[in-house]
Amino acid sequence: MNELLDPLLLARWQFGLTTVYHFLFVPITIGLATTTAVFQTAWYRTGKAEYLRITRFFGSIFLINFAMGVVTGIVQEFQFGMNWSEYSRFVGDVFGAPLALEGLLAFFFEATFIGLWIFGWDKLPRGLHLATIWATAIGSILSAYFIIAANAFMQNPVGYEMNAEKGRAELVDIGALLTNPVALAAFPHTIAASFMVSSGLVISAAAWHLARNQHLDTMRPALKFGLWTMVAAGILTTFFGDQLSLAMVATQPMKMAAAEATYDTVCGADASFSLFTLGTPDGTSELFSIRVPYLLSLLSTHSFDGCVEGINDLQAQYTALYGPGDYAPIIWVTYWAFRWMIGLGLLHVIIAVVGLWLTRKGRMPKQAWIWKVAIWSFPLSLAAMIVGWIFTEMGRQPWIVFSLLWTESAVSPNVTGLDVLISLVAFTLIYGALAVVEVRLVIRAIKKGPPEVGEPHPETGRVEPATTVY
Amino acid sequence: MDLSIVWFWVVAFLFVGYFVLDGFDFGVGMSLPFLGRDDTDRRVLINTIGPVWDLNETWVIVAGASLFAAFPEWYATLFSGFYLALLLILLALIARGVSFEYRHQRPESRWKRWFDGMIVVGSAVPALLWGVAFANIVQGVPLDAGHNYTGTLFDLLNPYALLGGLTTLLLFFTHGVVFVSLKTEGEIRERARRLATRAGVVTILVAALFLLWTGLAFGTTWFWILAGVAAVALIGGWLANLRGAEGVSFTLLAITVAAAVFALFAALFPDVMPASNDPANGLTIENASSSEYTLTVMSWVAVVFLPLVLAYQAWTYWVFRKRVTRASIEAAAH
Repeated sequence: MNELLDPLLLARWQFGLTTVYHFLFVPITIGLATTTAVFQTAWYRTGKAEYLRITRFFGSIFLINFAMGVVTGIVQEFQFGMNWSEYSRFVGDVFGAPLALEGLLAFFFEATFIGLWIFGWDKLPRGLHLATIWATAIGSILSAYFIIAANAFMQNPVGYEMNAEKGRAELVDIGALLTNPVALAAFPHTIAASFMVSSGLVISAAAWHLARNQHLDTMRPALKFGLWTMVAAGILTTFFGDQLSLAMVATQPMKMAAAEATYDTVCGADASFSLFTLGTPDGTSELFSIRVPYLLSLLSTHSFDGCVEGINDLQAQYTALYGPGDYAPIIWVTYWAFRWMIGLGLLHVIIAVVGLWLTRKGRMPKQAWIWKVAIWSFPLSLAAMIVGWIFTEMGRQPWIVFSLLWTESAVSPNVTGLDVLISLVAFTLIYGALAVVEVRLVIRAIKKGPPEVGEPHPETGRVEPATTVY
Repeated sequence: MDLSIVWFWVVAFLFVGYFVLDGFDFGVGMSLPFLGRDDTDRRVLINTIGPVWDLNETWVIVAGASLFAAFPEWYATLFSGFYLALLLILLALIARGVSFEYRHQRPESRWKRWFDGMIVVGSAVPALLWGVAFANIVQGVPLDAGHNYTGTLFDLLNPYALLGGLTTLLLFFTHGVVFVSLKTEGEIRERARRLATRAGVVTILVAALFLLWTGLAFGTTWFWILAGVAAVALIGGWLANLRGAEGVSFTLLAITVAAAVFALFAALFPDVMPASNDPANGLTIENASSSEYTLTVMSWVAVVFLPLVLAYQAWTYWVFRKRVTRASIEAAAH
């Protein structure tokens, strides 16, 4: 019973659950806000009804997700204090600033302009109304920057000094905090990946209709846009992912070692990257493995003869530096999360390139299975995003702030296991119920297709959008 | 002046902003069963706050983050200490927020009734519990030497705190109902006016009792001045509503909420989280605040961006200044 009610374990599960859940909606929101803004811009410039219909179609799916992102986001901010009060006391002087900046600069912006966009179709001049969706998109991207800068401090603490008397980290250089090399690589990596997710959604929705040979006037341009965005975002995600792994090797070599489950330091050809391993992933015995020589060296150091430090060597180093303890994350999680992230990500770029070839010069494939593959773009690209986030956060363990504070020392001492169990069950139930509702609403909105938007104005030839109300 | 004292009042200002703005959202949400006779009525009510509830709610996120940044100890003690109460607030805010967006997604009346219920409960729970929480902060709670709360949820539900909760509940309700009369036309506007008159009487009595209790137990000079402003504004707001001056009534009630919340902060000053068991364990502005450097950075950000935020939010209210009518709801598609 006491083991069941371990507050640390429960708090970690709750944070993981609520963060992953919140993070499902974040990339969709970031990507779809911009997607909607792009199509609205196309309508603004051309006045063509089909662009307005695409705008309203993806706009409505965007809003269904946005609502979930907003309400699950509040939980994230409250949870630092509720479940991780020792962390909050230790790090608030540093970590609080980017959160406050996020609220003041990004969330206010996003929350205000989304209201203007939803309800302003007939109240604002067309150009100003277009600006509100761009403001929403910019706000969401800006918020990602601040939260990643805050998270980067946990991965690679910079811009702080220890105050021994107060027993906490204190900010001494906000510039350094906001230009943390980990943040500078993780931010574009995450944003580009968000566009992979949203283009996955665009491809899925378009494919569903095109497979049924309907809504061709709107779904063909949407598909084309989705495929090109996937390719471009895929290239950027890969490029910045590579930058991020360099930063990771420099600052958190244990995470890279855990990503590859490399126990001993390896160099050159021996620094191989296993695509697949069968066996006990704790490294004690390996039954079967497909390995690409030099690849790990290339990923980690950008050279063929680089060395990658192994878990055992790092464990010895850290024990000497920080005292006795287990400094390795859970290897099977990091090993497989890293592979699924890269594998699913690359798979989508390939699918998109093939899709562009199959639909070149207005062709439409007839085979049902091709469209089925396309429809899976959305869930699988979202899965790639999620395992990427799980990798980066689980790979940080056992630290909550690398080299400064252990996760187990950060939990609220006065919140009992029963308290956390109650909240964990409550969040699981409400999040579960809302997941069912939200997925059904999204599928329903997709199947309904782009809405009709009325007849063009007799003089201007433009279509005037209708009012929106709740 | 010491920057940490400045930030005590900035945090107060952000919570004031939250309670003034999201407070009447809660009131509108709670008024659904009283003012909404049919689906169109209820849609009219929801649409009065439709474009602004999200920006109003964001004030609590900014207030919370500023508390975290400027007073990490206060944030940590408060949020871990009031764990289950904040959990209930979070669950309520989740239910309310998705309901605004999901209610209109399907036409079935069962679907709508379900989300109406979530809006009502999701508005009432935070309206009550925020008052309970702030009354407990002013009153003080048991803390250990590490500034950790040592009581339970039920210790928070003491008579004084419950009276505080009832006060915010009623105040937000009346403010929301007056907002409805300001933003609608026809029958519903009349109903709202009459309801505000009746609710206002109860609100005045309960609020007077709470402010008096707070003043006698924890009052400072500034508390009495601000509480006096709140009392005069509340009675003035009630009278203005009686005479049909909806705009004046709404403004005076906004002043009531602002003055009352500022009064609580004035009663708290210079403590931030007094300990009821041993004063030495309590948190003060002095021992709970962030470093000078962090507060300086935050001050520059606030000075530059807070006016900008206030400007574009005021502009939003101006854009949506027109009244919401049954005709406008029925004319619009889903």
